Amino acid sequence: MTNLTIGKAINAGLRAAMEHDPKVLVMGEDVGKLGGVFRVTDGLYKDFGADRVIDTPLAESGIVGTAIGMAMRGYRPVVEIQFDGFFFPAANQTFTQLAKMRRRSAGKLSMPVVMRIPYGGGIGAVEHHSESPESYFLHTAGLRVVSVANPEDAYWMIQQAIRSDDPVIFLEPKRRYYEKAEVDTEASIAEAAPMGAARVARPGTDVTLLAYGPMVKTALQAAEADTDHSIEVLDLRSLAPVDYPTVFESVRKTGRLVVAHEATLTGGPGAEIAARVTEECFYHLEAPVIRVAAFDTPYPQSRLEEYYLPDLDRVLDGVDRAFAY
Amino acid sequence: MSDTGVHEEPELIQLLTPEGELTGHPDYPLEISADEARALYRDLVLVRRVDSEAVSLQRQGELGLWASLLGQEAAQIGSGRALREQDMAFPSYREHGVAWCRGIQPKELLGMFRGVTNGGWDPHEHGFHLYTIVIGSQALHATGYAMGVQRDGALGEDGTAVISYFGDGATSQGDTNEAFNFASVNNAPVVFFCQNNQWAISEPLERQSRVPIYKRAAGFGFPGVRVDGNDVLAVLAVTRAALANAREGNGPTLVEAFTYRMGAHTTNDDPTRYRASAELDEWKAKDPILRMRRYLEGNGLADEEFFASVDAEADALGEQVRTECRSLPDPEPLEIFHEVYAEPHVHIDRQRAEFAEYLASFEAEGA
Ligand SMILES: Cc1ncc(C[n+]2csc(CCOP(=O)(O)OP(=O)(O)O)c2C)c(N)n1
Ligand SMILES: [Mg+2]
Repeated sequence: MTNLTIGKAINAGLRAAMEHDPKVLVMGEDVGKLGGVFRVTDGLYKDFGADRVIDTPLAESGIVGTAIGMAMRGYRPVVEIQFDGFFFPAANQTFTQLAKMRRRSAGKLSMPVVMRIPYGGGIGAVEHHSESPESYFLHTAGLRVVSVANPEDAYWMIQQAIRSDDPVIFLEPKRRYYEKAEVDTEASIAEAAPMGAARVARPGTDVTLLAYGPMVKTALQAAEADTDHSIEVLDLRSLAPVDYPTVFESVRKTGRLVVAHEATLTGGPGAEIAARVTEECFYHLEAPVIRVAAFDTPYPQSRLEEYYLPDLDRVLDGVDRAFAY
Repeated sequence: MSDTGVHEEPELIQLLTPEGELTGHPDYPLEISADEARALYRDLVLVRRVDSEAVSLQRQGELGLWASLLGQEAAQIGSGRALREQDMAFPSYREHGVAWCRGIQPKELLGMFRGVTNGGWDPHEHGFHLYTIVIGSQALHATGYAMGVQRDGALGEDGTAVISYFGDGATSQGDTNEAFNFASVNNAPVVFFCQNNQWAISEPLERQSRVPIYKRAAGFGFPGVRVDGNDVLAVLAVTRAALANAREGNGPTLVEAFTYRMGAHTTNDDPTRYRASAELDEWKAKDPILRMRRYLEGNGLADEEFFASVDAEADALGEQVRTECRSLPDPEPLEIFHEVYAEPHVHIDRQRAEFAEYLASFEAEGA
């Protein structure tokens, strides 16, 4: 057992993947000597060299576009996008090329590319450093999308993402990078929970509270704080595809669902989940599915982010609303 | 040294040596009065003070972040003072010296880094667009604005020129290269002003370009020039010439101001992880303020009293910046919903109303 933060666990997972497979490469801005602005690639440049840890020119379209070419040549690139808001110059390569390559080539081309993106708010940053762009990825066929909420998942899921032959958008909850826990790095990857599976983070009986990434901690705090209701917290882990059997099972048991995320409300992940749960669990629902999300506005200046981000109070308010029926 | 292999390029335009000797340059004659020279010195000292105060304010928790211009004062003051009132500048996020020249109050810059606004000043009123953080984006905005100027027929001797600021790292970005090309094929009245401070966070210039940056312009079909970015007189003369060229309808120029980021990338950064301190020492000898001071002293253009008065003014400005920063009010929570759309919008209206009710419920509880 090793005590690791989420950031260090991803770092250890990257290292394990690079040791396991010489085709695994890391590329991005400042990932080399600096070890990335969050130090997630710390030490990799020193140990694996400039051929496998590539400090790229400052161009996100270039990073993703060349990763596609590397993948065609048999490599497994792990690209780092420095912050959520800087993904957008790479949107074309991601949406028109990366996501569609397998289908376009009738399966002859695989795109084992992982795109790591530190995402979400709560760090007091300037513009474009606090966004939650997951809905854009969810809406694009051909991409798998996951987000981690604890060091254990960080360590294993980055390795699973790298072994996947599909492109994986790997969303890292930047305000939780420093959360610590014990990780059994000696265990075998075969025993780790599959990347696509949701997890019951805390069992309960009265209401299901579904979250992923940075909001899982808030959801667990809400379950702790609410002494009137027994809240079951689900950590979604995979946003595309969603592990619906686990979601449905929980909702059929509790009869209520609250979905919390930092992404904006309209067209957000919660909207799709609410629709599916309504279709499949209609007769078990005691209340409509409640969403607790960011407002439909641009991410505000940092002095307002405490109001903009769904916090403990807003999540509890959402739970209360689910019991108003 | 950042191993760029381009430090010793001979084409560097310089008017003032690091020792403060005025050598001049045949292609860039500059008539400058003692008053003007002193005013430039004052600008340099004052913007450095605003900058160092901002760094301390960040350390004290008053700002979330600050991107220091330390070392780049001459590049910014020289180019900023070359602009005319009607000109339009498109900055990145480090152009506090240019902002100063455009009449933006330090507290307006601090407001953004404190997190109380996303910029806030009126770009039209100042001829200075908002800071742009997504690298390279503003080069295209500048080019489009210049194409508008062109269509307005606002060229000629008293016409309008546009300038776009960006860094060495930004020259890798697609947007920047597209801007070069759009400006070129349209012969747009825009100056691309690249502050090559040798670093893009931890990446040295060699990770961005194998040729000196100014030479890239040739491939796009317009002139490029490298100026000593720590020489305020050379930057002033070269930028003026490039702006005049644009103004008169002769199209874009790429100005590469060869300078050095003497501080960290931002207050979040730790440059000891990736660069040697010897490099900093080498550039300290080329300090833009020291050089101007030597020039003024050496030529009897300013006396002790003048330097003392500028220092006193800087102290007062520092005090003002500290007080103003601390008293910047936090925005009201409902400000989140302001100015998202020009016309009323049902989602926003509904969410604002719900959130107002939600906030009021706490007040009711507290009462
Ligand atoms: C599109 C985009 N990608 C990444 C970043 C993160 N980032 C901020 S500044 C910077 C380096 C910029 O270097 P340069 O253009 O040389 O300007 P300097 O900071 O040196 O003034 C990077 C990578 C960003 N702001 N925008
Ligand atoms: Mg730079």
